[in-house]
Amino acid sequence: MPTGKETHTDQAKPHRWGMVVDLDRCTGCEACVVACHAENNIAVSNPEEAARGRVNHWLRVDRYYEGQFPDVKVKYRPVLCQHCDEAPCEPVCPVNATYHNPEGLNVQVYNRCVGTFYCANNCPYTVRSFNWFDPQWPEPMQLQHNPDVSLRPGGVMEKCTFCIQRIKRVEESADAGSRPVADGEVQPACVQSCPAEAMVFGDLNDPDSKVSRLAGDGRATKLMEELGTKPKVVYLDRAR
Amino acid sequence: MAEHPELLPYGIIREDLFRPLSRAGSKWWFTVTVCFLLVLAGLAAWGVQLRDGLGVTGLNRPVFWGLYIVDFVFWIGISHAGTLISAILRLTDAAWRKPVTRAAEAITLFALMIGGLFPIIHLGRAWFFYWLIPYPNARLMWPNFRSPLVWDLVAILTYVTGSAIYLYLPLIPDMAQLGAHNKPWRRKLYTTLSLGWTGSDREWHALEMAMKLNAVIILAIAISVHTVVAWDFSMSIAPTWHSTMFGPYFVVGAIFSGIGALIIVMATLRRTLHLENYLIKRHFDNMSKLMLTMSLLWFYFTMSEHITIWYGNEPKEMGVFGQRTRGDYAFWFWTMVVVNFVIPVTLLGIKKLRSITTAVIASFGVLIGMWLERYLIVVPTLVTPRLASATSVYSPSWVELMITVATFAAMILLYLLFARLFPIIAVWEYKPHSPEEED
Repeated sequence: MPTGKETHTDQAKPHRWGMVVDLDRCTGCEACVVACHAENNIAVSNPEEAARGRVNHWLRVDRYYEGQFPDVKVKYRPVLCQHCDEAPCEPVCPVNATYHNPEGLNVQVYNRCVGTFYCANNCPYTVRSFNWFDPQWPEPMQLQHNPDVSLRPGGVMEKCTFCIQRIKRVEESADAGSRPVADGEVQPACVQSCPAEAMVFGDLNDPDSKVSRLAGDGRATKLMEELGTKPKVVYLDRAR
Repeated sequence: MAEHPELLPYGIIREDLFRPLSRAGSKWWFTVTVCFLLVLAGLAAWGVQLRDGLGVTGLNRPVFWGLYIVDFVFWIGISHAGTLISAILRLTDAAWRKPVTRAAEAITLFALMIGGLFPIIHLGRAWFFYWLIPYPNARLMWPNFRSPLVWDLVAILTYVTGSAIYLYLPLIPDMAQLGAHNKPWRRKLYTTLSLGWTGSDREWHALEMAMKLNAVIILAIAISVHTVVAWDFSMSIAPTWHSTMFGPYFVVGAIFSGIGALIIVMATLRRTLHLENYLIKRHFDNMSKLMLTMSLLWFYFTMSEHITIWYGNEPKEMGVFGQRTRGDYAFWFWTMVVVNFVIPVTLLGIKKLRSITTAVIASFGVLIGMWLERYLIVVPTLVTPRLASATSVYSPSWVELMITVATFAAMILLYLLFARLFPIIAVWEYKPHSPEEED
């Protein structure tokens, strides 16, 4: 029975998954957004719903403009669930639908969710999506559903899971072979599909992993760190 | 017109107050029918929402809370009419309270029944609302007691139970009187509900004791309930919601709107049930003074809330502040200030202007203003999220508006039915102490 009291930064646990996004590499191509949709069976909004703000993306690419036309510089920032160690969404859920799992992931249990919206209101990053209707896919997209990811009914909140199904698969195969999970072996869909290799995923508990080394980079920042949310997504951004 | 209803012969008082129970005019039937149809329309709208999903509302990302939450806070606020006013007046033994308390206590119960529905209506999967209740279940889980929404559920269920008892206790002696003479079904209803009341000294003693105790308890519950409602907002980290002042601010606003509702109800009862001898100018005068006090308090709180945001100049909070005072919501914000402060203070503060009519006008203004206040707390914060890229707009859909209208109709409907089934003024409270004074 989850008590919601799992320790947040538990060094004793084998893994503490985190991500680094290099904003100086990101071209804003949004391949990550598409990959995320395909991997996680995310419903597709129709244009009218999207225009009303009813887009269902677990990952979006924010655009920041600098300067006046025609001398405009565009900066992109992929924003996904930051998997905060002190996640504001977790304590407010009355039914424990969102909680911290032992590996530090901020997980959403769809079957428990009754849709109070409190988690989404309390998320400073606005990365939670709600199923306003029962999910729909334009023909023939319903044929390519990922069998490893459950479909969510209408009335339920959802969000980025760091592709937990891929994490589990790698962990299970490593367990079966009695070997540790190799660095870079787990690749969420967004990381795998990034042509600029701007996204890196790995174990923050392993000081030698690529993600740990990049997180210590001089360019490393965290989004709205000042709120005390302790995000596990690190952005690399050259100071200008 | 008698200045003191207490001086009327008890027989006349009883006749005056029991009369509305046995005679319903065409106006009553008309209003009941209209309200009933509106409630049906609201239920149909809710049915559409349950069938199709929350997408039929105007909600979107990031405005996940809208009209339903506004209505919820509004109705829970209205419910403070009864408890606060009647309990305070009972405890302080204010003699003038007699004809006011039951009218107020009925508002409390009905407003809570209506307000308590909104947290269920706004759920994505409303049919699972009971998952918030701590009970042994097949999911082998407790609810998350750290969530303000669980506190909310506990607070409101306690308040509904408490205020039902609080309304019921003083009804017992009246129902015992009614059990003697009436239609068969009514006789059965009243005798059953009066629990075999005989009017012995022991019974009176127990009842007095229970009412006193209940008044103390309900006062504490009422204040804690609206504080918890405020905490639904202030426990979050959203800009301007995260405020230490929201608890008392909400309680003050609740009492303020509760008084407004009570004045309107009193004036309506006075006119429609011909209670001019019972609800006299003095009652409205006293209620007006209470409302004036609350208006000043409300202004004080609103001012301290906004002046600290403005002086602190924190960018995210200033975004919401700007939306309210000079952005998209400025018109409604300044309307709120006028109807909640300028109008009540002018109409009720200047003695020459204070009358039953002006009190009713001011009360309607306060109800509108307090509804707007809740709208201005819920929506502007959500349309200005911390990341500018997620900014959105919100306008309620017909489903949300229909359900909102239906709840006002439901309030009127419940009240009309109540006033035909039970004397709206406690008759026994006028009963002289020695039996020879009776007629």
